[in-house]
Amino acid sequence: MNRHVLSILVENNSGVLSRIAGLFSRRGYNIDSLSVGETENPKISRMTITVNGDDYILEQIQKQLHKLINVIKIVELKPEKSIYRELILVKVRADSKNRATIIETVNIFRGKIIDVSSDTLTIELTGDFEKISAFTELIKPFGIIELVRTGFTGLQRGNVQITD
Amino acid sequence: MKASDAIIQCLKKENVDMIFGYPGGAVLPLYEALRKSDIKHILIRHEQSAAHSASGYARASTKTGVCIATSGPGATNLITGIATAYMDSIPLVIITGQVKSTAIGKDVFQEADIIGSTEPFTKHNYLIKNAKDIPKVIKEAFYIAATGRPGPVLIDIPVDIQNENIEFDYPKTTNIPGYKPTYEGHNGQIKRALQKLKASKKPLICVGGGIICANAYQELKAFSEKVKIPVVHTLMGIGALPSDSPYYVGMVGSHGHGFSNKVVIESDLLMIIGARVADRATADLKLLNEKKNIIHIDIDPAEVGKNVDTTIPIVGDAKNILNRFIEKCTPLETDEWIKKIHQLKENYIKQDEDTDYINPKKALEFLSNIVDEETILTADVGQNQIWAARNFEIKGDRKFFTSGGLGTMGYSLPAAVGAKLACPDKRVISVVGDGGIQMSLSELGTISENDLNITIILFNNYRLGMVRELQDIHYGKGKNFSISFKKSPDFVKIAEAYGLDSKQVTSNREFESAIKEALESKKGYLLECIVDPNFSTL
Ligand SMILES: Cc1ncc(C[n+]2csc(CCOP(=O)(O)OP(=O)(O)O)c2C)c(N)n1
Repeated sequence: MNRHVLSILVENNSGVLSRIAGLFSRRGYNIDSLSVGETENPKISRMTITVNGDDYILEQIQKQLHKLINVIKIVELKPEKSIYRELILVKVRADSKNRATIIETVNIFRGKIIDVSSDTLTIELTGDFEKISAFTELIKPFGIIELVRTGFTGLQRGNVQITD
Repeated sequence: MKASDAIIQCLKKENVDMIFGYPGGAVLPLYEALRKSDIKHILIRHEQSAAHSASGYARASTKTGVCIATSGPGATNLITGIATAYMDSIPLVIITGQVKSTAIGKDVFQEADIIGSTEPFTKHNYLIKNAKDIPKVIKEAFYIAATGRPGPVLIDIPVDIQNENIEFDYPKTTNIPGYKPTYEGHNGQIKRALQKLKASKKPLICVGGGIICANAYQELKAFSEKVKIPVVHTLMGIGALPSDSPYYVGMVGSHGHGFSNKVVIESDLLMIIGARVADRATADLKLLNEKKNIIHIDIDPAEVGKNVDTTIPIVGDAKNILNRFIEKCTPLETDEWIKKIHQLKENYIKQDEDTDYINPKKALEFLSNIVDEETILTADVGQNQIWAARNFEIKGDRKFFTSGGLGTMGYSLPAAVGAKLACPDKRVISVVGDGGIQMSLSELGTISENDLNITIILFNNYRLGMVRELQDIHYGKGKNFSISFKKSPDFVKIAEAYGLDSKQVTSNREFESAIKEALESKKGYLLECIVDPNFSTL
């Protein structure tokens, strides 16, 4: 099983997200992560969907998605030719003893402390899949109170456009 | 202009002259507009039948079928009919009323999320939120329904929006960025396919409903004749090539002809055109994935490579692509291969069971020989469907309509209604079982009310015959459960009560004279044929 990241341009209409999500569940494909937002053109949204599956499944997903009238374009963002990012917010337990260690770790990962209380720190971090998982592994022992991730988003590197 | 009048104007621009529907509170404005128009409205007896009738109409007329239902229960009643049309790629535009736009989402009286519930089996659907969008949406709906791979498109219109005023301006074209069907086959792929064809010793074409959707009958015939390739077909492909063509082989699949399946297995190159290679069609073809070369031609790219590994995929319109092949192909040396197929066919012995009752296979064969070559036959689902598919020969311009994909009981009668209304001059025959007819019995009323002289052949085996047979196979004889009604109605009396002519026959000899009488009737005629409950499908 391989992880694939699909970048999908869709018409920015209500109901599109449910159509796409419905297609995945109905055909038995799993969405690992999904992020969506408007593009520079307010009539068009871009979805980034991460899925796991072999070549057959990936092909089926792409073809079935293409059949949806609101789907304008689909490209696979290949790792070597793309940049991926995800944003996470983590609230960790932090007492006077480990606070410094946590802050140091956050700095190494170029994260930001965005909220502080007497016994917690809330951290903002962006990065690709590996960076985010490495960071969460390191921070876990301190005690993660809450964690939220936006899901992957990505673009192709260089001077290419999905509409090309 | 009132939005409801604008809807009717749009339909007229799309050359709609007949609508199948059922009114209700959420479509009152639309019905008022319809009343003032010259579009014929057929008041069916159940919304499910509206979709089936629109499907029969679409298939017979090759236009897009249109049906209307009210919100909530009216709309949900349509669902089976919409799903049936979706599976068989039948172009429909369905208009449903919705509760007032300000009430949507509040679970008010007769509210149902029909957009959400029909998402999986419409080609596309729309909820109108702005009255001014109506012309654009209707234009798009008809375009989407009928182009590419055809299918049903639903438009949900809140009742208050139907009452708004808009400026009517019907768009001339559509521009849907995400919808650009491919019609032309890829040149390179066609070239590769030609090379494979040339090298083939035992080529075979397998066609499905796609030939019929693409109206590519002539092209298929011309291609098979010019290149000398034999043709098998799926249940949905019945009629794609008339059975009297020298290249006609037969039907494939679990209910197909044994020799057709053999021919598929023996072929070294299979050209699949407009068929989705569904499980029923490939049941006895385990060897399909072996080293055979497979060229798969379909307008829907998602069908190519879905169920079978393809050597050469070609996406595009069957008519276009066949024309390209006709142009480029030279005759192949297939005389040996065709001789072999004819031998296989001849060695196949029709099983002729003795029966004290009517032998449906013989009955359909007899019928096939006495009706003209323009006849339309609609079959329901079950044994009756397979008896019809295998024994009613499609010659000339005959048509065969059935619910192939979803296998929906209750399809035959309303589909026959639609077909007869589309082609009043053609003979229309509805074949149905005692189970299936009771799923749409009320349409006898529609037949009667509209003076449709449809001939209904009811094969009454007092069983849900196909299920009976499956239970016998899976669990052994004598373990049948829930496959017969303790009380079946007197079908002759029911037909008469609806104002149709009717008769019951119990022997083959009786059938022959009764069917002639039925075919001569000026009104709808229900011929109830008593069949041995244990009579087999194949
Ligand atoms: C709406 C629906 N319900 C259930 C079935 C399952 N089913 C398939 S064939 C069949 C029996 C049909 O019986 P009948 O209409 O009497 O026809 P016969 O097989 O006896 O010719 C049934 C119940 C179906 N296809 N469609």
